Amino acid sequence: MDARRGSLPVPRVRQVGFFTPNAQPAPTRSQSGPPDSSSPPLSDSPASNSLSPVMIPPPRHHSDNLAAAPRPTSPLPVPEPSPFRRRGADNNNALLVGSYNPAETLLAMSPSSSHVGDGESEETMSGGWFRRSNSGKLASSLPSGTFDFSPVQSTAEALKPNKVQNPVGISEVSARPAPKEQQPEAPSSSKQPKPKLTKAERRALQESQRAAKGGGKSVAAPEEVATIKSVKQHQTQKKDAPQVAVSVAASERKGGDKSQEKERRKDAPAPRMQFDDKSRVEKAKRRSVVDQTEAKKRVELFRHLPQYEHGTQLADLESKFLQLDPMHPAIYKVGLQYLAGDISGGNARCIAMLQAFQQVVKDYSTPPEKTLPRDLTAKISSYVSFFTQCRPLSMSMGNAIRFLKNRIAKLSPSLSESESKSSICTDIDRFINEKIVLADRVIVQHASSKVKDGDVLLVYGSSCVVEMVLLHSHELGKQFRVIVVDSRPKLEGKALLRRLVAKGVHCTYTHINAVSYVMHEVTKVFLGASSVLSNGTVYSRVGTACVAMVAHAFRVPVIICCEAYKFHERVQLDSICSNELGDPDAIGKVPGRMDVNYLNDVSNSGNLQLLNLMYDATPADYVSMIVTDYGMIPPTSVPVIVREYRRDHLLI
Amino acid sequence: MPGPQLLVDEFVSQLRKRKVEGSQATAQLTAELLRTVISQLRAAEAPILIETVRKFGRELIAANPFVETFVLPELSVGNIVRRVLRIIREEDASGVTDGLPSDGDNQETADYADGQVSSADVLATRRLLRSPSLHGLLDRVSNAHTDDMGGKRKAPADKNAKAWMLKHNVMEAINELVEEISGCHQQIAEQALELIHHNEVILTFGKSKSVMEFLCAAKKKRSFRVYVAEGAPKYQGHCFAKDLSAEGFRTTLITDSAVFAMISRVNMVVVGAHTVMANGGIIGPVGLNMLALAAKQHGVPFVVVAATHKLCPLYPENPVVRLNELKSPSDLLQFGEFSECMELAPDSSACVLNVVNPAFDYVPPQLINLFITDIGGHNPSFMYRLIADYYSADDFIL
Repeated sequence: MDARRGSLPVPRVRQVGFFTPNAQPAPTRSQSGPPDSSSPPLSDSPASNSLSPVMIPPPRHHSDNLAAAPRPTSPLPVPEPSPFRRRGADNNNALLVGSYNPAETLLAMSPSSSHVGDGESEETMSGGWFRRSNSGKLASSLPSGTFDFSPVQSTAEALKPNKVQNPVGISEVSARPAPKEQQPEAPSSSKQPKPKLTKAERRALQESQRAAKGGGKSVAAPEEVATIKSVKQHQTQKKDAPQVAVSVAASERKGGDKSQEKERRKDAPAPRMQFDDKSRVEKAKRRSVVDQTEAKKRVELFRHLPQYEHGTQLADLESKFLQLDPMHPAIYKVGLQYLAGDISGGNARCIAMLQAFQQVVKDYSTPPEKTLPRDLTAKISSYVSFFTQCRPLSMSMGNAIRFLKNRIAKLSPSLSESESKSSICTDIDRFINEKIVLADRVIVQHASSKVKDGDVLLVYGSSCVVEMVLLHSHELGKQFRVIVVDSRPKLEGKALLRRLVAKGVHCTYTHINAVSYVMHEVTKVFLGASSVLSNGTVYSRVGTACVAMVAHAFRVPVIICCEAYKFHERVQLDSICSNELGDPDAIGKVPGRMDVNYLNDVSNSGNLQLLNLMYDATPADYVSMIVTDYGMIPPTSVPVIVREYRRDHLLI
Repeated sequence: MPGPQLLVDEFVSQLRKRKVEGSQATAQLTAELLRTVISQLRAAEAPILIETVRKFGRELIAANPFVETFVLPELSVGNIVRRVLRIIREEDASGVTDGLPSDGDNQETADYADGQVSSADVLATRRLLRSPSLHGLLDRVSNAHTDDMGGKRKAPADKNAKAWMLKHNVMEAINELVEEISGCHQQIAEQALELIHHNEVILTFGKSKSVMEFLCAAKKKRSFRVYVAEGAPKYQGHCFAKDLSAEGFRTTLITDSAVFAMISRVNMVVVGAHTVMANGGIIGPVGLNMLALAAKQHGVPFVVVAATHKLCPLYPENPVVRLNELKSPSDLLQFGEFSECMELAPDSSACVLNVVNPAFDYVPPQLINLFITDIGGHNPSFMYRLIADYYSADDFIL
């Protein structure tokens, strides 16, 4: 017991984020390099910036840091340009020609716009999800061709911008979903011929509709991938209601000021597609490339999530292979792999996607009368929606897409096409290298320093970074045992177990129900994560929360290993509102157990539903420590990382 | 008709081969067996009865030598043996007090029985029945003395009649016990309506007949939804979900790992138990502890539905290990699935791979909100009291 307690890395973690890197030398880590990252990236990890495992290095762009210095420290609404734009201007000045439309910067700096934005100014760095499924029309409606990014918004704020109607730019002609209100009760109103109304009229109409609804129902904005929006049962929804009212009032006050409205709209994080909204689902279906059959028996609680009959999509897609003109083969291949489950795991999926995009960029040629940034972003958006149809994107992929789009938007127009393309490809490579490969190495270094001789480590499922930690510790010659806990229906732990046993790691294998049986002897729990949300919630493979909870009850430290690019500024309270549904039939079948065949013939019984959840949300209370590429942090520091390093993520 | 020893041996072998499934069936068979055994005894003096039942009880309990082989015995066997012992003691005592004086056709016995001797006898037997307390601690010795004295002074004629009465009463009482066991589910189910309201969401785990009856009783008046966790290595939840949906419940089957995700939308957890321990903890299918923890974390009531024959007078000591059963690894990994990895392992002398597959889980009383038994709902902290009611302190160790 003492050994367990001694291993808790409590005290130092307090320093996170508020200390300058030079103030403290690296005390324990042997491999921490000099403070500057001038050494070659592969020999030295990015953590060389970070000196000590518990310290967060300063943002890399010092000039930017200076420019934006007062920003994080001023909680008051200082009339200041949105840091994002400011930063863009800086970049352009520093790196290249002044390609920026000065009007754009001025616009952003105008008091009115900053007034609109300053509520969120602190968080502006991180976009909600990748947000614009920007059609060409949208882009052209903006004053300059710059692609804009949504600010970070907490969930509470997430719904606010929705009531600001999409005014000018987006027309329904575009391939993206039209910016209609979600109003199942009043479908006629949603069919308003929008282009014929003026913007003010439309807004008035919609606001009256909303008022009629009494604010009880929240609104969905058009993008298909977006930030959290809760089901009706969920409590955040209730919380949202007053906010909706408040911001409606606010937008009324502003009247028809177009620039303000535009700003607000740009800041809007688009909520996720909610699949309990019939009209929108219909619309999405018409657009969809993948022909999917909706599952007939759906669990009541999860109507807001997509669920399709498994196996129907694949054959159909394969037959369509030659007809899908606009789809790049690389994209198509990766999409099929997602669909078939050949690629799974956050990092693998993200890398596959990025490499497919790289291929796309290489083969890309700008059509006549279009510019590369706009057209390419639109193309990528359509590919992303294809991926989403194959399998809902993970949050890490959302971050990667946002990064990519940002890079494309930031391309200097003076670059030739080939230069732009190669620049994008290099950026993608750098992202994969720095944010995933190197980050994993740093995490392995940090986490394996926590493995002591005689430890009994419990791992759940199969996380590639946790596996690397175990193997690395084993290579270092540490004597420890591993308990691999597994759960149905995926049984991912078996593959992990196989690899560990092959390396000679002493393993114990068990199922998740027995976790409280084995927890007595466990000294540390290592878990992977699909994403870490800014309230410290760890969104991960279903069952992680159970393991963390039992470990917490047994006073065993829970260590989450997660790359920082998977951090996300969304918040989530439970596992219901946002999740992914797997194939329900996988529940009924138990491979290798002939005696368990109760459900073989039940599929047509109306009362019985099978629920195959893919993820769950572990509350921050159960997490002792999160190991990221920036060091080892408590879950409360996640929002700090998200906020301070968002620009790092976006513009390496 | 085979002798008692033969019957017991046969039942023991059935228990060993696990041919008797379910605690209710086991309890009922045990009670019936003991009834047969007692009915075949000729001389039925209380100490002889007790000794006989105890002897056979030991054999029955030893049918599952659980400490050595890591097999959790069907504890209801021992519980029923203790109940029968208690019945004998009780009838013995009451036969002395009110049975004999009211007995009209044996006036001689009644005459003889009244007076000092019988009153001492009554006192002694009553004290025997009482659970040990500080009050009785000091006069215990003198009691035993008078008890012995009283026993010796009894006449053989009286003995015969009394023994006959005793045997008769014991048989009656055991019959009642058998009836009680067979009707326990109904008794439990009657309380369902008081606990389940309309539109409730109930989570259950594995398979339990009591839970089934409980839910079915509520179904007649209320409409609610049931989530069933599958209960991994045995997957009895599959079977249970199927049965529930056949009964017309809106059933959703979830994996065990999704328990934490779903518990926040659940109003009540209703589970069955393998055994209820004296401290109010339960032994149940593996995974129950995780479920109970999750319910505790979310403030969801954790209700255990268990008949009184599952009430075990033992206090659990290291129950996770001692009251458990490790099943075959083949539930988790197929034979030979990892053989090639084992060969690859560099240090082949040490066993690199262990598989743990426990069958039971212990849920401490702190995680349990309510017990629904056939004699009403009780707190876990009240279980010790029920045990004092049902078992005699002398029989805790057989």
